[in-house]
Amino acid sequence: MTAYFIQAFIYLCAAVIAVPIAKRLGLGSVLGYLMAGVVIGPIIGLVGAETNTLQHFAEFGVVMMLFLVGLELEPRMLWDMRNKLIGLGGLQVGLSTLVVMGIALSFDYGWTIALTVGMIFSLSSTAIVLQTFNEKNLTKTEGGKNAFSVLLFQDIAVIPMLAFIPLLALPELVEKAQSVASSAAEHHEELSLVAGLPGWAYGIVVLMAIASVVVGGHYLSRPLFRYVASSGLREIFTATALMLVIGIAALMSLVGLSPALGTFLAGVVLANSEFRHELESNIEPFKGLLLGLFFITVGAGINFDVLISNIGPVMAMTAGIILIKALVLLALAFIFKIRGSDRWLFALSLAQAGEFGFVLLSYTVQNHVISTELAQLLSLVVAISMFLTPGLFILFDKVILPRYEKTENTREPDDIDEKGTVIIAGVGRFGQIVNRLLVTNGVKTVVLDHEVQQIENLRKINTKSYYGDATQPDLLHTAGIEQAKMLVVAIDNPERAVALVEYIKHTHPHVIVMARAFDRRHLYRLRNAGADFMVSETFHSALNLGKHALIRLGVHPFKAEQQRATFYETETTHKDTLYEAWKQFTEDDKYLVHYRDMFIQLEETLSAAMKDERYRSYSKAERSWTPPPKENHTEFSKAESD
Amino acid sequence: MTLAAKKILVLYAHPSQERSEINTPLFKATQLQPNVTAVDLYGEYPTFRINIDKEQQRLRDHDIVVFMFPLYWYSTPAILKEWQDLVLEYNFAYGTKGKTLCGKTFLCALSAGGSESAYQHDGYNHFTLRELLRPLEQMANLTGMSFLAPFALFCARSASEENRVDTHVQKWVRTLRALSEDRLDIELAQSLEKLNGHLDQLIQDH
Repeated sequence: MTAYFIQAFIYLCAAVIAVPIAKRLGLGSVLGYLMAGVVIGPIIGLVGAETNTLQHFAEFGVVMMLFLVGLELEPRMLWDMRNKLIGLGGLQVGLSTLVVMGIALSFDYGWTIALTVGMIFSLSSTAIVLQTFNEKNLTKTEGGKNAFSVLLFQDIAVIPMLAFIPLLALPELVEKAQSVASSAAEHHEELSLVAGLPGWAYGIVVLMAIASVVVGGHYLSRPLFRYVASSGLREIFTATALMLVIGIAALMSLVGLSPALGTFLAGVVLANSEFRHELESNIEPFKGLLLGLFFITVGAGINFDVLISNIGPVMAMTAGIILIKALVLLALAFIFKIRGSDRWLFALSLAQAGEFGFVLLSYTVQNHVISTELAQLLSLVVAISMFLTPGLFILFDKVILPRYEKTENTREPDDIDEKGTVIIAGVGRFGQIVNRLLVTNGVKTVVLDHEVQQIENLRKINTKSYYGDATQPDLLHTAGIEQAKMLVVAIDNPERAVALVEYIKHTHPHVIVMARAFDRRHLYRLRNAGADFMVSETFHSALNLGKHALIRLGVHPFKAEQQRATFYETETTHKDTLYEAWKQFTEDDKYLVHYRDMFIQLEETLSAAMKDERYRSYSKAERSWTPPPKENHTEFSKAESD
Repeated sequence: MTLAAKKILVLYAHPSQERSEINTPLFKATQLQPNVTAVDLYGEYPTFRINIDKEQQRLRDHDIVVFMFPLYWYSTPAILKEWQDLVLEYNFAYGTKGKTLCGKTFLCALSAGGSESAYQHDGYNHFTLRELLRPLEQMANLTGMSFLAPFALFCARSASEENRVDTHVQKWVRTLRALSEDRLDIELAQSLEKLNGHLDQLIQDH
């Protein structure tokens, strides 16, 4: 136990120190984790043997990442990108494999080894690239989208590769292995549902597994989440989310499919679900930490002895791989008409080898396709090329982007009419009406509420809404607060409403905050917290009822409306004075004056002001549309007469 | 020429500005001119609750008053009428003590859908534009302001397609400058049917 604590502490400590430094230097968190790994692994030697085991565990971060990626992708969007997925992705994997294979052949390797090496290096690092895109806000760019479709294709392509590699086994390596340990073979057998099944049965099992993810995700997840959410226990919701992801990963491993692909599929199925944002915010921290751990293990796993004795070939191979992949990508970008800086982003971001390279390498060694010595060398190339990726992004940021910025800025802005998203927190009686008005005017809204019933009702009338606690920073993040233009605070709990306004104005000052207040005191507190606009929920309806009361009592409707407006304007002209008075009270006697007493005093201030105003406001109401005096009627030919 | 510049108050009334092709560019150019206060009446009073005191003070502070609007049913959009009804009070604008507007200048800058030939006695609108603006002319008379011929754009619905908007805006800016610098022949301007089309005779260059 003690050993675990110490190890965990070392890993966390390295991350805590290295990542913020890397981030501050503009290197991105991925490079930070990698360097932390190098320091605690090969350099200081604090960790060692367990990195391999840890790496398998940390690969689960990639699985979670693909689940989150799936959540962002609605099935429709996936269908829309099918051409890019197959065309761009297929060509990238195919061409890179062929070129690398050709070069390996020219070095007199056998064709099986050459093909395997080609496949290993055709893959890029989903983990590094997507994480960096996220950090640098590049996901929505043309280059980012295209890179994503290539990565997605690669993740899918790993499955046939894994199926294909055992067929390439070298007879001499197999013999050697068999003579060394014939009994150890059973040890390698993993738990599997499909071992020993004939081809057709295997196919059926795989299809059934995929179908159960899609159908289960579509029909069973909602009742499950609804049941769990209605219990109101946040950690149980987190447990459910984890259970779902781990369960799918387990099922996929059992039938010999990639867990990452399975969870990706589940993510796509759940992309339309009302629980999407809550799921995202629950899984996100796990994903982040596991991916971080994964990168640390990559850094820690670098074998410095092998590296130093082979420094020349390893460096040459790494440079060669990056160059070849970048050239293939550039050519594809040219064919698929990706323009400007996006072309370079596409080519540079995907030029490294990826974490699936490690997976394939260990698999090829197990299956006796290539020798252990070569595998060790190749895994160094994979690791170093991943290590250099942040450098390529820096090259893109500092050298390539500035060149294009000048020419791109002069172009007509094309998406200027896109209105910023409005997040509506709380969609009960109040938020619902706000949302309807905004949506009918073409404003894109993201609606959040912590009442499952409310969300269900809204979904019935085709309002897109999500379950979740809007006062949780994670949920606001997944709902897109960074890009949002405005937040409407209409949640039921007055205290949390104030806290939410304070938090948003502190962390995202660019967001306009519109808040619903319960009463005058709440309104002042919201204003004090920095809300840009507040309204008391009952004020306007009460005034409206008062106006109709006047009408029923015989006042002419138009006159009654003028009286209502005058009343409202009198209140409005005094709102600043009253707010200042409130602030004075709360600052002076925060603990002495009872709130009720304070508000009695405030009401007195207001009624004094109203009395003062009475003469003037009534005279103002009297003044409008007044005819000239009767005795002057003939003298002045004013158009109106009474 | 070194006299203090005259101050111009432009009261702009357009209830559907997102559809406007003439008045919006005209108003935007107006906002940029020196010595001009440009007020978007529908923007400032969306519920028609016109602040009488504020509007009267604005009138006191300026020498030239402009109504800028698209012609609706041979008259102004509703808020300009509401403005007249509320702001031009007895003993402020008219009546024995109502001399505030005396000596000021008043004109309309407007756009009309029909062609100039339609606004003729033998055209389908039967009256000239200047005749249709008589209630405003009399408002100016009663309040003691000089009424200038309107600055008008006809066939406004097709002006944007025919690229007439830019020249119209330029002419308007030239007129505003001349008014502010007192280089516009007021007597001639009072007698014309419309201002634009005669700017070279009306305006003395430096």
